[in-house]
Amino acid sequence: MENTLFSKYPRNDQSILIPLLQDIQSEYGYLPEDVLKQASEYIGLPLSRIYGVATFYNQFRLVPIGKNVIKVCRGTACHVKNSANILAALENTLKISAGQTTRDKVFTLEVVSCIGACSIAPVICVNDEYYGRLAIKDIDKIIKRYKNKSTEQPAAQEVEK
Amino acid sequence: MVELTINGITVKAGEGMTILDAAKSVGINIPTLCHMKNLTPTGACRMCVVEVDGYRNLIPSCAYPVDEGMNVETNSPRVRTARKTIVELLVENHPQECLICVRNKNCELQDLAERYSVREHRFAGESKSHAIDISSASMERDPAKCILCGRCVRACNEVQKIGAIDFSNRGFASTVTTPFNIGLNVSDCILCGQCILVCPTAALREKSSLKAVTNAMNNKNKYVVVQVAPAVRATLGEEYHMPAGTDVTGKLVSGLRRLGFKKVFDTNFAADLTIMEEATELVQRITEGREMPMFTSCCPGWVKYIEMNHPDMLHHVSSCKSPHEMEGAIIKSFYAKKMGLAPEDIFVVSIMPCTVKKFESERPELSSDMLHDVDAVLTTRELVRFFNIAGIDFNELPDDKFDNPLGESTGAAAIFGTSGGVMEAALRTAYSLLTGKSSDHVEFEQVRGFDGVKESELNIDGTTLRIAVVNGIGNFPTLLNSMKEGREYHFVEVMACPGGCINGGGQPIHQNYEKVVKRVKALYDIDRRSESRNSHENKAVSALYEEFLEKPGSHVAHELLHTHYFDRKDKNRKIAVEE
Repeated sequence: MENTLFSKYPRNDQSILIPLLQDIQSEYGYLPEDVLKQASEYIGLPLSRIYGVATFYNQFRLVPIGKNVIKVCRGTACHVKNSANILAALENTLKISAGQTTRDKVFTLEVVSCIGACSIAPVICVNDEYYGRLAIKDIDKIIKRYKNKSTEQPAAQEVEK
Repeated sequence: MVELTINGITVKAGEGMTILDAAKSVGINIPTLCHMKNLTPTGACRMCVVEVDGYRNLIPSCAYPVDEGMNVETNSPRVRTARKTIVELLVENHPQECLICVRNKNCELQDLAERYSVREHRFAGESKSHAIDISSASMERDPAKCILCGRCVRACNEVQKIGAIDFSNRGFASTVTTPFNIGLNVSDCILCGQCILVCPTAALREKSSLKAVTNAMNNKNKYVVVQVAPAVRATLGEEYHMPAGTDVTGKLVSGLRRLGFKKVFDTNFAADLTIMEEATELVQRITEGREMPMFTSCCPGWVKYIEMNHPDMLHHVSSCKSPHEMEGAIIKSFYAKKMGLAPEDIFVVSIMPCTVKKFESERPELSSDMLHDVDAVLTTRELVRFFNIAGIDFNELPDDKFDNPLGESTGAAAIFGTSGGVMEAALRTAYSLLTGKSSDHVEFEQVRGFDGVKESELNIDGTTLRIAVVNGIGNFPTLLNSMKEGREYHFVEVMACPGGCINGGGQPIHQNYEKVVKRVKALYDIDRRSESRNSHENKAVSALYEEFLEKPGSHVAHELLHTHYFDRKDKNRKIAVEE
């Protein structure tokens, strides 16, 4: 069965690849392999080429995303204000490395170059909420807050295969 | 025409010609790595940079067209320094293991390092590390040795139109890989090995079976025999500094004997046998009015392709095994019985121009009583290594003849190694089967040559036979389209490699397509010189039918010489994403 996401795009038009990938990602939260295979047949591009594009751009992800996305700013101002240790503390608390998602799919930890909030460095951003002038001791509290919120609702569903 | 100056020499060049080609036309060689003749220029490696008056930066000559009045310098100090730096950077991020590398002394990166006198490690730094993909039966992929020139990507995408591999990631993390970095065995790869032929280093290489062969030869209980494909005899000489297209059959046979093989057989014998079976099948399909066309089945890359991409068309593929598998089956049945040998004690080695044949020989259905028809496949390149280890001076070898009865062959068999050859051989025999008389017309020019799809119509005693030859798997979609448009064919030959087996993935590595033309000519010469040029006139094959197989298409023949195919679409494709 053909994915309904494709229907607004013409068949065999290679130029639609990136908008289509963006649509897939906003639908599923990541680029599921099965959907990429369907896309490959729809556009008429080899899967290897699509994989190449998907791995080239930072915006695309190939693994499911957590319910909460934590972005740690590693820009210059934040770096001067100890963001390296903030990142390390987050990694320790969540027991994952930057770029990974916790096993319960509650948190995804990401590193960004500059979040544009240098005046309140060091800063992290959880979903769309900013936490500035952060100290390592604040981290546990923040994590707990989102963890509690998440357990109230079911965690993000995996894409049906 | 435009006029420009290269290194002070006035050059007349056609409009749109690249600086690289213009320089070549006056005998100036510019080094390249990523450049491929007739394919999209990428300008990725920057080896070919030149200095052009009025341009601030160095220009990649492989991708830059000539212009009126241009003044080009290909050998200025600035150019030399830039090229040397590029080589130094590539060398630094490349495993330092030339001595134990399969491409030692046949590596373009090594050549350039030598040419630009790289004598020290100037840029010590992080070097990439990647796992070697040994998943397939035919090929190994070693991304650590990859210099990201992208030639394999273009061979796979633009020539073969498979698209099994492409660039992934970015910057230092860039690799050429399969989608989701899966093993080649579960990817879209058909294992044709065209990427190996264009790889400048050992990032892509065949999976060697040399150890399996030597182990068998060291085992006193094994009776190790060998067979050689038609295409090998026309290319092996290149590895010994003979001109391309030298027929080295005689030396090849005596060399194999010196290696210690108990018998040296000719796959050409089985090629004649294949024609007997295949032409009979074709005539049967035509007279019984079964679904057309019939596809050839000699090329295992093509078979893998259709199994993976068009499983709905599998019933069109001839059920004949490929020649070396037939030969293996006959060796382990008829010949074993005749010689009083136990089939399980016989070890059959095939010398093939092909990487997919390794995969083919491991297919479980190509066996009888749990014994593979062929036990190991060596490529032409591996055979050279074997000769070297054994201290065989190939150029000094005397000529020798194949062992009988599985060594006798006709000219029809010799041309199996080139695109159109299987078709031509089959037509010669089909003609005689349909008309009942022998043909004096044996050369079918319309199926020869290097066109992508060669189509023709033949009138045999009132029967019109529409045929097509697909030269290189990248041209199969063209044929498929004309089939969809309603064109009907009776018989279609497909060979996965452009030019046929003569340019197979296991052949000597070269970057010169003119060699392929000469190799093909060598095979047609063997055919022309042959005493008999029709497969059905092979006396040893007729004797085999009389003594053992009864007649083409008989029950015994089906048991031993025919096979079946599998739907490989979306099978075993469960993929683990590597973090």
